[in-house]
Amino acid sequence: MRIRLSFIFLFILVSSIALIFYKSLFEEKNYIPKNINNKIENISIKEFNTENIFFLKNLFEDEKFMAINIWASWCLPCREEHQYIKNLSRIDNLKLVGLNYKDKTKNAQKFLEDLGNPFDIILSDTDGTKSIFLGAYGVPETLILDSELKIIKKHIGPINSKIIDEIKNLTN
Amino acid sequence: MKSFKFIFFLLFCIFFNLNNVFGENAKVDEISKNLRCLICQGQSVYDSQSEFALSVKTLILIKLESGSSEKDIYDFLKSKYGDWIVYEPEFNNYTLILWILPLFLFIFGGFLIARKVIINKR
Repeated sequence: MRIRLSFIFLFILVSSIALIFYKSLFEEKNYIPKNINNKIENISIKEFNTENIFFLKNLFEDEKFMAINIWASWCLPCREEHQYIKNLSRIDNLKLVGLNYKDKTKNAQKFLEDLGNPFDIILSDTDGTKSIFLGAYGVPETLILDSELKIIKKHIGPINSKIIDEIKNLTN
Repeated sequence: MKSFKFIFFLLFCIFFNLNNVFGENAKVDEISKNLRCLICQGQSVYDSQSEFALSVKTLILIKLESGSSEKDIYDFLKSKYGDWIVYEPEFNNYTLILWILPLFLFIFGGFLIARKVIINKR
C-alpha cells in the first residue's frame, strides 16, 4: 500500500511538472506594450538631412492616415522589410513617414540609395527621444495613426505581406 | 612628493565624481533605476546599455531640465509603455491582490502561530 501511494504521488508530481513545462516553455515571456488607441502629442521632428522642423499633424495633406516606419541603416531586419515598405507606399489614403532612428546621415543615405526611397517624407530621430513619444522601443517598428494622431495599429518587428493586408483593411 | 601625488589623485577622483553624486545625473540615475528596460527585460534602464535605455535616460535628462517632476516622468512613461515599465506597481484595482495578499498572509500566519502557542501553554 505504501509503495503504491508513493508511486501515485511520484506519478502526479512528474506529470504536473511535465504539464507546467509543456505549457510555459513555449510561451512568449517578453512584455510587449499593447497600448493601442493611445493618442500621441503633436510633437515636432526635424526632417532628415535638412533643418526643416515639422509638426506631426501638419504632415497630413489629403490623407486620412499616417504610417510611421522607424528604421535605421544598422538594423538588419529593416533591410528585409524594405521591399514591403514599398508596397505600403502604394496604399492610397496613407501618408508614409520614415523615421530614421539613431543613425549616421551618410549610412542612412547609402541605405536609401541601395534599396530605394519609398517614403513620402523622412524625419530624423538622432537621440531616440522622439520614438519614446511615439511609444516605440526599437527598430523596426511601424505605427498607423489616424488624423487625430491616435495609434490605431502598431507592429513591432519587420512587416510582411500579411501586415500590409491588415493595414489596407484598416485604412479603407 | 608621494603624499602630494596621492592627495592630488584623491581630489581628482572626488571632483570627477561630484557631478554624478550631486548633479542632475544623480536624479537621472535614481529615476532610471526604478524603470524596467523593455529590450533586455530583467535589467533596469539604469543598468542597460541598449539603444532604448540610452534614449530613455536622455529623455529623463531633457524632461528634468525642462522642469518636470519625478512623478511627471513616471506618468509619461507609463502612458507610453504601460504600468509594467516601473518596478514598483501602483496601488489600483488590478494590483489590489498583489498588495493585500502578503499582508493578509502575514496576519493569518501570526494568527496560526499565536493559536499554536496558546494551545501548547494549556
